[in-house]
Amino acid sequence: MNALNIQKGASSHSAYDLRDPNAQVEESHTLAVLVENEPGVLARVIGLFSGRGYNIDSLTVAEVDHTGHQSRITMVTSGTPAVIEQIKAQLGRIVPVHDVHDLTVEGPSVERELGLFKVRGQGDKRVEALRIAEIFRANVVDSTLESFVFELVGTPSKLDAFAELMRPLGLADLARTGVAALARGA
Amino acid sequence: MSRIMTGARMVIEALRDQGVDTVFGYPGGAVLPIYDELFQQNDITHVLVRHEQGAVHMAEGYARSTGKPGVVLVTSGPGATNAVTGLTDALMDSIPLVVLSGQVPTFLIGTDGFQEADTVGITRPCTKHNWLVKDTAKLSETIHKAFHVATSGRPGPVLIDIPKDVQFAEDAYQGPKQIDPPRYQPVRKGDVTAITRLVELIEQAERPILYTGGGVINSGPGASQLLRELADATGIPVTSTLMGLGAYPASGRNWIGMLGMHGLYEANLAMHGCDLMVNIGARFDDRITGRIAEFSPGSVKAHIDIDPSSINKVIHVDIPIIGDVGHVLEDLLKIWKSRGRKVNTAALGKWWEQIEGWKSKNCLFYRGSDTIIKPQFALERLEALTKGRDRYVTTEVGQHQMWAAQFLHFDEPNRWMTSGGLGTMGYGLPASIGVQMAHPESLVINVAGDASWLMNMQEMGTAVQFRLPVKQFILNNERLGMVRQWQQLLHGERYSQSWSDSLPDFIKLAEAFGCKGAQVQDPKDLDDAIQQMIDYDGPFILDVLVEKHENCFPMIPSGKPHNEMLLGDAETQGAIQGAGAALV
Ligand SMILES: Cc1ncc(C[n+]2csc(CCOP(=O)(O)OP(=O)(O)O)c2C)c(N)n1
Ligand SMILES: [Mg+2]
Repeated sequence: MNALNIQKGASSHSAYDLRDPNAQVEESHTLAVLVENEPGVLARVIGLFSGRGYNIDSLTVAEVDHTGHQSRITMVTSGTPAVIEQIKAQLGRIVPVHDVHDLTVEGPSVERELGLFKVRGQGDKRVEALRIAEIFRANVVDSTLESFVFELVGTPSKLDAFAELMRPLGLADLARTGVAALARGA
Repeated sequence: MSRIMTGARMVIEALRDQGVDTVFGYPGGAVLPIYDELFQQNDITHVLVRHEQGAVHMAEGYARSTGKPGVVLVTSGPGATNAVTGLTDALMDSIPLVVLSGQVPTFLIGTDGFQEADTVGITRPCTKHNWLVKDTAKLSETIHKAFHVATSGRPGPVLIDIPKDVQFAEDAYQGPKQIDPPRYQPVRKGDVTAITRLVELIEQAERPILYTGGGVINSGPGASQLLRELADATGIPVTSTLMGLGAYPASGRNWIGMLGMHGLYEANLAMHGCDLMVNIGARFDDRITGRIAEFSPGSVKAHIDIDPSSINKVIHVDIPIIGDVGHVLEDLLKIWKSRGRKVNTAALGKWWEQIEGWKSKNCLFYRGSDTIIKPQFALERLEALTKGRDRYVTTEVGQHQMWAAQFLHFDEPNRWMTSGGLGTMGYGLPASIGVQMAHPESLVINVAGDASWLMNMQEMGTAVQFRLPVKQFILNNERLGMVRQWQQLLHGERYSQSWSDSLPDFIKLAEAFGCKGAQVQDPKDLDDAIQQMIDYDGPFILDVLVEKHENCFPMIPSGKPHNEMLLGDAETQGAIQGAGAALV
């Protein structure tokens, strides 16, 4: 259609092509999904991801408005841009989903995660663990003569880095909450 | 003034308030209170099926032929699990259904009670939405909401699971007008800027095509009317998916036939070669697109769909328009008219010339026979003998389904019901019963294959019980024909398990059910046999013995682009005719 000045073949690519990992890079997106707090709603969201083969890298959920029966699901997912768009559209189609926000594209946002790290060790390693915890501003929330439990709040990558440093120092157990996120500004 | 009643009574009240006249169902322990209420009223007819899968397909047939939601009632456990295939079928083809299932009493849930199944868990991925109602106070509201969800936006099946104690308990009934307006309200109007952009493209396009689908039919008769107006006023050729047949009339000037894997040569080549594709209520299914990377490589694509997730799911489109087909077409026509009703007449003329050239390939050509009934011939005769009648057609799944789509012609929407997305063998017979329930005076024919028909043949009992004169037109090739065709073409002619061995005697079977059957084998007797089937006042099984090894063409093998179509007999037609002419 030369008269229209639209390039021939401009629209020949499809979601299948876009899914080719070599053709396009996967991106990580943080989505905030506001849902009616009714039984089964989390199963619907998770079922959508497993049924359609999407990735869930992190997921948190809690009621945020008791009178309005609203819960907020924060999820980190990865995929090519076309897949991310499809994920948002599919989420939006679930009947009890009120709203879907892509925090990664909707402007700056803050992301936080809480982790609990049990580190076992004695002597130098124990001292070193405590020293690093101070640098990371982690709190000691439990302590015995051979162990600490540190509590650390931060971005997921900060928690990753902390875990890496603790591993050789006796990291024995670890629990993470998954990401909670909000858009910045008023 | 609130009316106190049992949950079971509420179900009946709510169905009545929703205008339901027919329920397809099967009783069992967990729904006995509802059946007790059904017994004590006369407004709602209950059709007792023979298998719950049949009930769901019947409700689908009812829904698709009326535009109203179909209603199903089943018991817990096996009753609900038997409904799963039908629910999935309805979800794939966007058919509005409300399925009510009984459940063990709330205090038994989770104990592996007798006939307990996690029905909402099992049906979550195969319904548009579902509910487990644990409190009688919420029951009537939930039923009204369910009808709203099933019928608004992209339609689909919903399920309400009702524990037995909730059916027995009493509370206040709420009518549809007493409940809060549901939050679920999909957009219906399309974006005017995008529609205007599409109008600009229509004005200039040299090789435009309207690619229509089931969404036009789901949008209601008004949408089909607007599609006709658009096509006829602009002169743009129209093709349709399997699901959309009838939205634009097959006798219409702009009709170029069905597209897709077994679609017409001219329709597929027009899709491949167009410069503007307007997808109206279709979803770029893989049976339509063939190889994605080579799908209509040179076209600008617009997509009108009420479901935002359909946009860019498979094919990237340039102009997405989210909205109800009827609303969007209305705006589109208004804008196009207000801008002076322009089209690129000269280019369109050339485009039609090209299409006529493709048409002359006569892609549905098949070799006739005096001795054996060709399945295509059987359908041509069926078409000839039923044309112009108040006719509804359902099908099973297989070659016969594709031939029916090619050789039967539909001039109105809601006249053709077939399992498209899921391809469910066993759909057609129960669907024909559902259609006949809704249209008792009409001629309802199920075009069936021998193998598919057996999958839900128990429903003949339902047809006989309710005096539903459905016509079962079985194209009997003693094969799982479509499987056989693929094995022949793609698996080195190794016919693994694609025979229909030990078929029943269909005449005796008909008699055993208390209806009538006949068999026809000679092409000369075919017309009389079809006429006998039509004239018989009651359900009828016509066993048409057809050529066993006929293949369905055209065919785009999976994963091939539109322009790599297998043509079968049409390919060799010219050569044979030429050689034949030279000989004599
Ligand atoms: C429930 C179900 N099982 C299996 C299939 C796969 N399948 C598709 S067509 C077909 C053969 C159908 O045979 P028949 O009904 O005799 O129709 P024909 O192709 O011979 O016309 C089969 C097995 C299906 N579509 N549905
Ligand atoms: Mg067969």
